[in-house]
Amino acid sequence: MGKITVPLGPQHPALKEPGSFTLALEGEQVVGASIKLGYNHRGIEKTCEQRTYTQDVYLIERVCGICSHSHTTAFCTAVEEIAGVDIGKRAKAIRVAVGELERIHSHLLWLGVAGHEIGFDTLFMYSWRDRELVLDALELISGNRVHYAVNTIGGVRRDISADTARKVLAAVDKLEERTKYYIKVATEEVTVLARAKGVGMLPESVARKLCAVGPLARASNVPKDVRRDDPYLIYDELDFNVITANSCDVFGRLYVRVFELLESCKLIRQVLKALPEGDIVAKMSRKIPAGEAVARYEAPRGEDIHYVKSNGTEMPDRVKVRAPTMSNFAAVSYMLEGGFLADAPLVIAAIDPCFSCTDRATLLRGNSGEVVDLEELRRMGIEHYRAKGVDFSKL
Amino acid sequence: MTAAALERENAVKAALEQKFPGKISDIRIARARRMFAKVAGADAVAVLSFLKDEQGFDHLSTITGLDEGENFAAMYHLVSGSVVLSLRAVVPASAPVLSTVTGLFPGGEDFERELIDLLGFSIEGLKEGRRYPLPDDWPAGEYPLRKSWKGLPPAPKGEGK
Repeated sequence: MGKITVPLGPQHPALKEPGSFTLALEGEQVVGASIKLGYNHRGIEKTCEQRTYTQDVYLIERVCGICSHSHTTAFCTAVEEIAGVDIGKRAKAIRVAVGELERIHSHLLWLGVAGHEIGFDTLFMYSWRDRELVLDALELISGNRVHYAVNTIGGVRRDISADTARKVLAAVDKLEERTKYYIKVATEEVTVLARAKGVGMLPESVARKLCAVGPLARASNVPKDVRRDDPYLIYDELDFNVITANSCDVFGRLYVRVFELLESCKLIRQVLKALPEGDIVAKMSRKIPAGEAVARYEAPRGEDIHYVKSNGTEMPDRVKVRAPTMSNFAAVSYMLEGGFLADAPLVIAAIDPCFSCTDRATLLRGNSGEVVDLEELRRMGIEHYRAKGVDFSKL
Repeated sequence: MTAAALERENAVKAALEQKFPGKISDIRIARARRMFAKVAGADAVAVLSFLKDEQGFDHLSTITGLDEGENFAAMYHLVSGSVVLSLRAVVPASAPVLSTVTGLFPGGEDFERELIDLLGFSIEGLKEGRRYPLPDDWPAGEYPLRKSWKGLPPAPKGEGK
């Protein structure tokens, strides 16, 4: 049988972000895969050189719509290191709390996408409903659901009051309870196992050779985690486990992420129950002395690395950003080859490539600003179907 | 920062000085777990190979391209356990040529393509492939991350919108 070349993307290859995959097929089997990226190149690194450090924080926040806090934390810690400023423990603790909430939000989002890709949309709807809990907690702290703008050069812009901490902890309790259900689904549900086990194999040696990072590496038994290996903020004082799996497949990536949800809950409790006293922002000069620094951060998708070079002015000389997904794309070609076409979207989605999610689920009715809550939406849904003749009383 | 805490960093520094006498300059331990070093572009692959095979720096995080006036540099950010060593390979701006490191780090292909697209490096030995990250119709000779680059020249009259 001759080879057939099938383009996957650049529009929506697996999820709502552009990337072009050219797959060579023999029958249903993928025998070659090449990737073209760059559709989202926005020139952020160049732009950073033409803005002040403070302005750059807002720009860096927009590198990613999901791990916005990861990027700003890496950037700010690099700048603070050059300036030789210690931001204090309270600011560091708040950065950790927001970072772990962000990880929960990101992993729950991924779980939904994975559910959708395997045709298990109930899982998608459940996990995205529960993700609202963590987004509400983030909104409570920062006023925003996705771009929290918590970080600033020298510390954080939002304090966490005792009352806010109590509410966030209540949300974490609820999330932990739901996570236990997801662990059961991910490890026992036959639909999930059938679609995820043995799919998108990435052996440990290949993961190491291609410098894979994050849950992708950890699911191939490579226990890399910047939080433990190269601790930043206050991670060296916190108790958590680095979750790994040795199945080297999509199932392993699912396993690692759902168990990491529990670890994040544990971390948030440790931080918020003993939030250190002190200022949340250190006074800093707008001019940063000449120097350079490398900051690493364990983003939800893996190692995020920023390099900042300063020249004594208010603007950096060079800012380099390498998001985790870029390190993992080399492994995608490997994982696609030898697999089946039908699994390609799932294999691509299993590295959790970054995509923007900024839509709010709150529906505003008319111009009055009246908010429709979940119960109201549910009631409207039932009414809508009842009007069409669907009888719910027998269900 | 005690001397004992920097045991690993000092050992790497000593190993580099012993293996490449006179070839590596400015070996600097900026703080615990952060090292910087400088090498001529032509010696970069040999040093990277030594660091990977004999010093355990088996993770290439990324490569940062730098325009430093008369010279360009490619900074290889290598990780071994908790230590990050950023090796700056310096080349003249008039001929920014480096050899590929994809033989050592196959995952580094896109990092090198970035050097080519954004700063105008030539990477010898890099396999043929699609450009990254600029669009296919990006004009030749325009390198956005060069300090002299101020934007694309305006389109001639009658073209574009």
